[in-house]
Amino acid sequence: MTGYLIKRLFEIIPTLFGITLLSFFIIHLAPGKPTDVLTEMNPKITPEARERLEKLYGLDKPVIQQYGIWLKRIVKLDFGESFSTDRRPVIEKIWDTKQPLLERRLFITFSINILSMVVIFLIAIPIGISSAVRQYSLYDKITTTIVFLGFAMPSFWLALLLMMLFGIHLDWLPISGLKSMNYESLSILGKIFDRAEHLILPVFISAFGGLAGLSRFMRSSMLEVVRQDYVTTARAKGLPENKVIYRHAFRNALLPIITLLGLSVPGLIGGSVIFENIFGIPGMGQLFFMSVMIRDYPLVMGILTIGAILTLLGNLMADIGYMIADPRIRTK
Amino acid sequence: MVNITHRSPFLKYFKKNKLAIAGGITVMVLFFIAVFAPLISPYDANDIDRKHILEPPSIEHPLGTDDLGRDLLSRMFWGARISLSVGFVAVGIATLIGMILGALSGYYGGWTDRVIMRFIDIMLSIPTFFLILSVIAFIGPSIWNIMTVIGVTSWMGIARLVRAEFLSLKEREYVLAAKALGASDTSIIFRHIMLNSMAPVLVSAVLGVAGAVLVESALSFLGIGIQPPTPSWGNILTLGKDNIEIAWWLSVFPGLAILITVLGYNLLGEGIRDSIDPRLWQSEKK
Amino acid sequence: MRKALYVIITFMAISYISGCKDNTETIVQKNLNEVSGQPAYGDALIVGSIGEPSILIPMLAGDSASHDVAGLIFNGLVKYDTDLSVIGDLAESWDISSDGLVITFHLKKGVKWADGVEFTAEDVMFGYQTIINEKTPTAYSEDYKQVKKAEVLDSYTFRVTYEKPFAPALTSWGSLVILPKHLLEGKDITKTDFGRNPAGLGPYKLNKWTSGQELILHSNKTYFEGRPYIDSYVYRFIPDPATMFLELQAGGVDMMGLTPIQYTKQTDTDFFRNNFQKYRYPVFSYTYLGFNLKHPWFKDKRVRQAIAHAIDKSEIVDVVLFGLGSPATGPYVPNTWPYNPNVKKYEYDLERSRELLKEAGWEDTDGNGIVDKDGNQFEFTIRTNMGNRLRMNTATIIQWKLEKIGIKVKIEAIEWSAFINEFIDKRRFQAVLLGWSIGIDPDQYNIWHSTKTKEKEFNFVSYNNPEIDDLLEKGRRTFDINERKKVYYRIHEILAEELPYIFLYVPDATQIVHSRFKGIKPSPIGIGYNLPKWYVPKKLQKHSLEQ
Repeated sequence: MTGYLIKRLFEIIPTLFGITLLSFFIIHLAPGKPTDVLTEMNPKITPEARERLEKLYGLDKPVIQQYGIWLKRIVKLDFGESFSTDRRPVIEKIWDTKQPLLERRLFITFSINILSMVVIFLIAIPIGISSAVRQYSLYDKITTTIVFLGFAMPSFWLALLLMMLFGIHLDWLPISGLKSMNYESLSILGKIFDRAEHLILPVFISAFGGLAGLSRFMRSSMLEVVRQDYVTTARAKGLPENKVIYRHAFRNALLPIITLLGLSVPGLIGGSVIFENIFGIPGMGQLFFMSVMIRDYPLVMGILTIGAILTLLGNLMADIGYMIADPRIRTK
Repeated sequence: MVNITHRSPFLKYFKKNKLAIAGGITVMVLFFIAVFAPLISPYDANDIDRKHILEPPSIEHPLGTDDLGRDLLSRMFWGARISLSVGFVAVGIATLIGMILGALSGYYGGWTDRVIMRFIDIMLSIPTFFLILSVIAFIGPSIWNIMTVIGVTSWMGIARLVRAEFLSLKEREYVLAAKALGASDTSIIFRHIMLNSMAPVLVSAVLGVAGAVLVESALSFLGIGIQPPTPSWGNILTLGKDNIEIAWWLSVFPGLAILITVLGYNLLGEGIRDSIDPRLWQSEKK
Repeated sequence: MRKALYVIITFMAISYISGCKDNTETIVQKNLNEVSGQPAYGDALIVGSIGEPSILIPMLAGDSASHDVAGLIFNGLVKYDTDLSVIGDLAESWDISSDGLVITFHLKKGVKWADGVEFTAEDVMFGYQTIINEKTPTAYSEDYKQVKKAEVLDSYTFRVTYEKPFAPALTSWGSLVILPKHLLEGKDITKTDFGRNPAGLGPYKLNKWTSGQELILHSNKTYFEGRPYIDSYVYRFIPDPATMFLELQAGGVDMMGLTPIQYTKQTDTDFFRNNFQKYRYPVFSYTYLGFNLKHPWFKDKRVRQAIAHAIDKSEIVDVVLFGLGSPATGPYVPNTWPYNPNVKKYEYDLERSRELLKEAGWEDTDGNGIVDKDGNQFEFTIRTNMGNRLRMNTATIIQWKLEKIGIKVKIEAIEWSAFINEFIDKRRFQAVLLGWSIGIDPDQYNIWHSTKTKEKEFNFVSYNNPEIDDLLEKGRRTFDINERKKVYYRIHEILAEELPYIFLYVPDATQIVHSRFKGIKPSPIGIGYNLPKWYVPKKLQKHSLEQ
């Protein structure tokens, strides 16, 4: 088992290298320079001023050299300095140690993704099982339709509708952001409540879209297991159906789900761009979009790399989870 | 192993699945709208009318008008054409790349397989939407760029599927027989194995169309989707979003259109998958 | 707020508005608007913004969000008054030598930086040296390079001498150039955290900056013009405009800029009438359709005039701006002193348009609905930047109109940076739809002078007219307002005739502020100029932020 784990860890290194290479060259294919943002259409800016800006940011060096410099740095988790006018280190923008944990972008995105994963898990699995057990029943059809609605509705539209309903008409929930204006003056309990209130809609939106995939997968996984010989045997032995489903079928059907959870990490991270923009949440997705639009190369590459590391970690965790859950692998 | 056109069990199972039938009909209707958009549009989708700006649905304009007084129904029809083209072309590209790489990987194995699988790992580890976003923002949101980028970032699933099919099929007797008879690699790959691995690819492709339509709308929300004045459901919906309180029709209709499309394609895809499920088949044969 | 930037970067010498009709329109409303009260300290103003400031050092900032906020923290030596005349800010007074080459500023005494150190002429000198320093990545050094010599005469006297007369000289001494020497001397300005934690002299000081969320400013209780009434100014970032508009209704935002559609339609309800005040004023900018004058088709003036006749500017103003703006006739804003009201206007006349095309040799000989000449079909592309709905709608209307005279137009929206680098700089365009923010001084040397056509320079349409060149040079080297007026009237006249651009419209700025804020006095330079004097009567105060 440890051997397998070590092998997996070693496999991650070339993958990571490939990711850095890929993202570096893709973003350097692009025309345009980040200094354009600073110099917008301002008749007061001379070309010398522009050139000077470009030199300052090291854009006059050959691309290969830029990649070399960058790669050397990221080994030390130093993603360089942002191209934006504040020139802060990339890592500080993503994980600002001067801010409390709750305000750090990576933490915000990460925690919302974890929360929505938990929500997906808690809702999708029961739905998947029950619709498998009652395949083609009315219940199966209704749940199928509902989870697909969540998948099929453009999330920003649904988000806006919910904001209008709960934020304006009913006035139950805040519309955007992570905390209220009076946050600092609240008690600890009040603060927790305030944050939770702000998280309800974003987590719901983020989770709703992911329900379909997992619940459908659970359903088909269940359907497959139910047809296996040992389940048939259990039934033949006269065990009650509930026991058959939950004791024998469920545990085995759950195994592939663990892998799927690992695989769903990039989708969740990608989706954060949308809900962070509509809800005005200062996470990594929002930062990524802003950095893409101003061609802040170091920041774009930094976030791509961190996103990939998170994904690889997710996969690794899924592998470990799989090993723990599956006795067949454990004994190998 | 699975040839969906000649095996009666497929149709038998498919017919049983009413949701899948509904999905299939939806897909066909949408296809019809997209193809015949120029004929069925009541107005020129680009005709500006300063006297009818942001008008609610009426007999004259069944779905209302937009911020330049253009007829929304006509724009929705044309939008169907654009949005579905994005879906089809993107999926076409993804399928092509996925099948080629999957076939190479599965058939040759060894280093080819290792390199391709590693490449797939890399592609799967980068959040795809991040990748699409940066490439589109950098090279510009023309319709071809959008189709291509969605295509080249979504082939991994298909490649894996095809690879798995190849791994299992290449040891089959008929393939071995063809090999022994001296058939070339290309002939074996394309004539003997590829055709037989089409079914799961088809399911994946059908689902992929829905995904691409959603990705386009997400890009439009961020302002880097299909650019107006070319209508796409995504950019109509984004316009609607900003005017949601004064012009509900601008968001409800494109929103519903996307929803129905994605739903339709998914139900159809699921239906096909359920009906060709080899496990189901095996139990049938027993 | 947005205006602040333009006002800051291009102050003008001696100015007045000729027959200035006050275009600022205030909609007087009921309820909350009728509640009045005495000025009182307290409450917070929450301003919604799509973008987040990048750095709070004015000379390093390129985005309007940064200037919005930095403008509240820093002051200049001079500033514009509401009638567009120049008044002292940190300068008590100034003397200008008779030849206009020497300006001596006499600074106010007893003004203190946020940390209590007194502001002196050394700070002005330090800022000036920083902005002209090659190592400073600033985009605004041009005006200061015209200075031949800068001297500190004593703690409260600062003198600059110019090589040649330079009309925008005085007004360049706004808030871009003053930095606290005692905090920054010997440091690399790009490497300090001053940009995120600045110390200024202005009415507000930074309290807390939470990336991606908001920036909280607290009032400067020792502000030299008196403590501002509103205790906190919160600059809140909300990237999605629809979300921001919902926040406005829910009370999460007190003030924001409105789009024309929001101004005319979405806020046209009792709720908004009772709780908000809307403001509208002209902006110093214009939107234009620019032609690549190197392109053989557009070289011909008749073609450009034909296109001008086919575009109904008032329709664009009505449809795209919902009437919130006015048609443009040249590079100056209506009702300002350089604006010549008697230039050629191109009335909407498709017949005239077709005639002009015919004169230029363009006719539909093959009957396909598109005019042609020497076998070329008249098809061209208008390129514009992505994400600007107003421009996109404008281009769409132009496309639709030109179709009527047999010209086929394609529209291409390109992300800003690529647009500039790949298309504007490399001259890869036939026509572009863009806008200029022009500042209050009419000096547009960089846009029209024939020497400014190199890559990265601003005469990218390659306009070349010796008469204009002479006039531009003359205009910036004269202080006499009447002389300058003559010059710019002539420039306006020539450009209107020659049409290197088709000048489309001058948009109005539109803003909305919650009605509990009183003391707002709209003016030609907007509403933000007297922010320290805004107040919320005690009984209407909403927030009490922990100080």
